[in-house]
Amino acid sequence: MLDKLINFASWFFVTGDPLIYGADVAIVVTVIAIVFALTYFKKWGWLWREWLTTVDHKRVGIMYIVSALLMLFRGGFDALMLRTQLSFPDMKFLSPEHYNQVFTTHGVIMILFMAMPLMFGLFNIAVPLQIGARDVAFPFLNALSFWLFFFGAMLFNMSFVIGGSADAGWLSYPPLSEMTGSPGVGEDFYIWGVQISGIGSLMTGINFIATIVKMRAPGMSWSRMPMFTWSVLASCIAIIAAFPVLTVTLALLFVDRYLGAHIFTMDGGGNAMMYVNLIWMWGHPEVYIVVLPAFGVYSEVVATFSKKRLFGYASMVFAMMAISVVSYYTWLHHFFTMGSGANVNTFFAISTMIISIPTGVKIFNWLFTMYRGRLSFPTPMLWTIAFIPCFVIGGMTGVMLSVAPADFQFHNSYFLIAHFHQVLIGGAVFGYFAGLFYWWPKIFGFKLNETIGKWAFWVWNIGFYVCFMPQYVVGLDGMTRRISTYGWDKGWWGLNFASTVGGFLMGIGFLFLVWQIAHSIKFMEMDTTGDPWGGRTLEWSIPSPAPLYNFATTPIVTDRDEWWEEKQRMAAGKAEKKRQELSPIHMPKNSAIPFLQAICWFTAGFGLVFHWLWIAIPGFLGVAATLLAHSFNYDTDYYISVDEIKRREAAARRTV
Amino acid sequence: MKFLSIVRRFAAFPMLAAITLVAAGCKSMIVFDPKGPVGSQQRDLIYFTVGLCLIVTVPVLLLMVWILWRFREKRSSEAPYQPEWSHSTKLEIIWWGVPVVLILVLAVVTGRYTHELDPAKPLRSDVRPVTVQVASLDWKWLFQYPDQGIATVNYLVIPEKTPIRFELTSDGPMNSFWVPQLGGMVYTMSGMATTLHLQADEPGSYMGTGANFTGREFAKMAFTTEAVKRADFDKWVADAKASGNALTEDSYRQLARPGTSGQLTFASISPGLFHKIVHEYSMSRGAPAGIGRKAITLSGGLATEHTEGGQLAPDSEPSVHAGHHGHMIHGSDSAQDQRK
Amino acid sequence: MAHSADHTHHIVHEDGHHDLEELRKFGFWLFLITDCILFSVLFATFAVLKNSTAGGPGPKDIIEMPGVIAETFILLTSSFTSGLAVLAMNNGSRKGLIGWLAVTILLGACFIGLEASEFLKLVSEGHTIRTSAFLSGFFTLVGTHGLHVSVGFFWILALILQLSRHGITPVTVRKVQITSLYWHFLDAVWIFVFSIVYLMGVI
Repeated sequence: MLDKLINFASWFFVTGDPLIYGADVAIVVTVIAIVFALTYFKKWGWLWREWLTTVDHKRVGIMYIVSALLMLFRGGFDALMLRTQLSFPDMKFLSPEHYNQVFTTHGVIMILFMAMPLMFGLFNIAVPLQIGARDVAFPFLNALSFWLFFFGAMLFNMSFVIGGSADAGWLSYPPLSEMTGSPGVGEDFYIWGVQISGIGSLMTGINFIATIVKMRAPGMSWSRMPMFTWSVLASCIAIIAAFPVLTVTLALLFVDRYLGAHIFTMDGGGNAMMYVNLIWMWGHPEVYIVVLPAFGVYSEVVATFSKKRLFGYASMVFAMMAISVVSYYTWLHHFFTMGSGANVNTFFAISTMIISIPTGVKIFNWLFTMYRGRLSFPTPMLWTIAFIPCFVIGGMTGVMLSVAPADFQFHNSYFLIAHFHQVLIGGAVFGYFAGLFYWWPKIFGFKLNETIGKWAFWVWNIGFYVCFMPQYVVGLDGMTRRISTYGWDKGWWGLNFASTVGGFLMGIGFLFLVWQIAHSIKFMEMDTTGDPWGGRTLEWSIPSPAPLYNFATTPIVTDRDEWWEEKQRMAAGKAEKKRQELSPIHMPKNSAIPFLQAICWFTAGFGLVFHWLWIAIPGFLGVAATLLAHSFNYDTDYYISVDEIKRREAAARRTV
Repeated sequence: MKFLSIVRRFAAFPMLAAITLVAAGCKSMIVFDPKGPVGSQQRDLIYFTVGLCLIVTVPVLLLMVWILWRFREKRSSEAPYQPEWSHSTKLEIIWWGVPVVLILVLAVVTGRYTHELDPAKPLRSDVRPVTVQVASLDWKWLFQYPDQGIATVNYLVIPEKTPIRFELTSDGPMNSFWVPQLGGMVYTMSGMATTLHLQADEPGSYMGTGANFTGREFAKMAFTTEAVKRADFDKWVADAKASGNALTEDSYRQLARPGTSGQLTFASISPGLFHKIVHEYSMSRGAPAGIGRKAITLSGGLATEHTEGGQLAPDSEPSVHAGHHGHMIHGSDSAQDQRK
Repeated sequence: MAHSADHTHHIVHEDGHHDLEELRKFGFWLFLITDCILFSVLFATFAVLKNSTAGGPGPKDIIEMPGVIAETFILLTSSFTSGLAVLAMNNGSRKGLIGWLAVTILLGACFIGLEASEFLKLVSEGHTIRTSAFLSGFFTLVGTHGLHVSVGFFWILALILQLSRHGITPVTVRKVQITSLYWHFLDAVWIFVFSIVYLMGVI
């Protein structure tokens, strides 16, 4: 029996690598520390009431952001391991298997468990406040989305210490990812981790479309909607069009792996290329899904710190919607080299180039927002400005990649790696950072330290160029992606070493970021005005942090930059808006069901990963039970009384 | 502004670093040093695209620097400030119009070149093409010369100034066949054959590599491409034919098993082997999907997991030692298998 | 301060807020769009794999039209009865509403039963999801629709229980409307399944 147990344990847990043992220890220590701290400070109840069961969009947003930063740490650590392995030829730091697992994990985590939640965090924080709403359309669903993301991410991350990670690349092309190519549990962890969090993303897409379409404050017509909200709408439209494709594709891959179907296998008439098509029908819109909201952030930040209206509002909106729609028709440019024929390749090459037009137009509009403005450069603005050259270069290499016959020389090389890191980091992540620094005072009620923030910004940016510029060159020198090692004879050492140095600089930049946050928490500089940046949109008209109900009275919108205009009117003594009478505010009640249901999904996914139906079936029954429990619960909301609102508003130093 | 001076000092650094690196790298960038007609046209196309893009990107970057400088907030700024100015039809027409025109030009050029450089299209040449049938295996390249009746592993020899017709397939996961100095890559996919036409204009040794990830030893899927004079090629073929190792279906099956390999030469090939690979051999040889994992439970211990499909068979000595240099190294990583 | 939720609707209107139930219906329409895309992808997969029988049986060998026509007839009828349920609700008849909903899910159960027996028969003949790509596509597409109908069955069953407890309130009205929308949607999908998988298969 003991032999069997040991056998089982050595198969069940990932063994044999000192790095993994180190991580095991770190995980156990962290868990013990958290449990101890919660118990010692008697915070279990607080955790449960204030966080695990909350349906408040602001808290959900904070949880998204915290998880995303943790995942950024993990994905970044993976990246540094990859760069270490590639820093010298014939390096023995990571074995090929381990290297393959690490780059797969890096990709999945950065796109799905870092970029997406950071983006959803900003959606949650900013959208309801920008449109003058009390919450999102479906607060319960919103909490469920978060917990599905969270437990999906946990399931995927678990493969690190249990069973072994996926190692077939972040998109898991079959036949490599089929049972024959990847018989381990890693691919199933991938499938279920991504599937569960993907369902959450899909619901977030639905939620925010409904919120934006139906819950804008009175007077906020489409043409008065803040640009960030527009970008969220564009992104969410792409989400509801693209994510069902992901759901089906992963489900089909699992049916292949679990039931032995022949959908993507090479025998039995399956078609692996169909998977490549399907996954990119999701995957390409996905990159626009993550970059569009960043465009929205830049628009807000540029206008605020230029003290000037956003230039070319209509064309900004049109450009974003165009990108959102056209992004659905470009997926084939990820595999021009499949041999689809000249006409097909030409079509997708041109559709790809077309996207560069609205994107370029947006750059001009941002530049002309600054033109004849008064520019100041706090951290959100710095990230925004750094984005422009980065995206211009990344966009240019993107156009180069879209030229199908030339792509035959770039495809799957480090040129491609450099390109997409430049547009995803320089485009999306810079935007999220800008957004995070911009809305931080609104989220937490205190400001971040600007000096350390600027250090973080410069170290990170220098590291970025040192890391990725050499990769363009080494790609044109024939270095292909995903190789775990290379020889001295190739002549790639110098550039790879430089790239590694850059990678570590970015790592140091991340540490500055952590230091900045820790420092700011310690020397908390409160934002007493609610409007630390001289903002233009409604979220700056309320105290920081925003009260539970956001707006004591529903704002009435008369202008595009409502809060800016209101301030102008107040300064001119013409603020004649009547104070509305307070009335009780209708709020959703907290619920444990989202949290519990996500645990059930996690259980079901875990069972299916190991093909243990005795775990999977109770998991699915739990999902059904929680769905029914929610359906039968008619006591889901309550009212905040006028007295309570008055008390809270006074506490927030705002008299009513 | 003490901060700005820091900024200026730091800003110089990445620029310098970038310039040095690019200058150092350019010398060796093999995509820009093509040795064949396909690669040359692709390089020209890349130059053209870059030139066209620079028409927009350079002015944009200059404009940005100027705007940032001119309109920065300072105590006595003479720069105009128009906080409400947010629309200009004339300007918007310019920056919608210029990119549209440029993309139109690029689209036309791309369309023409996509047809011109269609990898399936034979190259214009008076010389009769040589056919090479390429199969990407786990984790090695098999090159068959059907007209010459020989085959090699992990190295290619081709006559110069002769169009080569590559027929590509895979016996395993999808890979991509790339010899950068001759021209762009095309995927190798199991169950089908894709075509790629390339030509070397001068003798030389060119790097070749697999470009699409195929698993554990993917990094070892590099090969050399020797372009030689016609006479040398003929001599090499004759030598190969005299080497005496046959690529039979049996030895192919050994070769196809997962593992890396050195360079091998085969004096003869089993007839129709390539078509058999395309049509018959495929990734999944009836492996029981999924259910196999059930074997590993508390009660079952470590059961029959890694015998399925013959792909992860228990360690066995490689029996092919063909070829004039190098020999096969089978991947037999039992530690890894056990985890699964 | 927590009022009972039953008053919700008046106050929401007086508040000048959005109408919660309308909002939820809108959200459900968005969900239907995603479900529509989900089925489109499955149909596309099926279309690609349709001829890849890998030496196994083709559509003509396995499809038995009488059973399929019966399934179609049953599901179309259930769609009609779910419409009658909404009519009864609009007339304020709780009994009629519950009755017609019950008929609807009974018909749904018959549909599932027939489909399950069709699948079981195929499997017993050795035509399983592992036989060929065609059958993999067939089982996943038809099976996913069947799964949707099964979910609808339990959903409406739960709704019937709620109706008997709470009667016809704005909340239950919205729930009935949404489930009926869902049921009609599945009916529409079935018409595509019927035409593309079965009719085009035997022709």
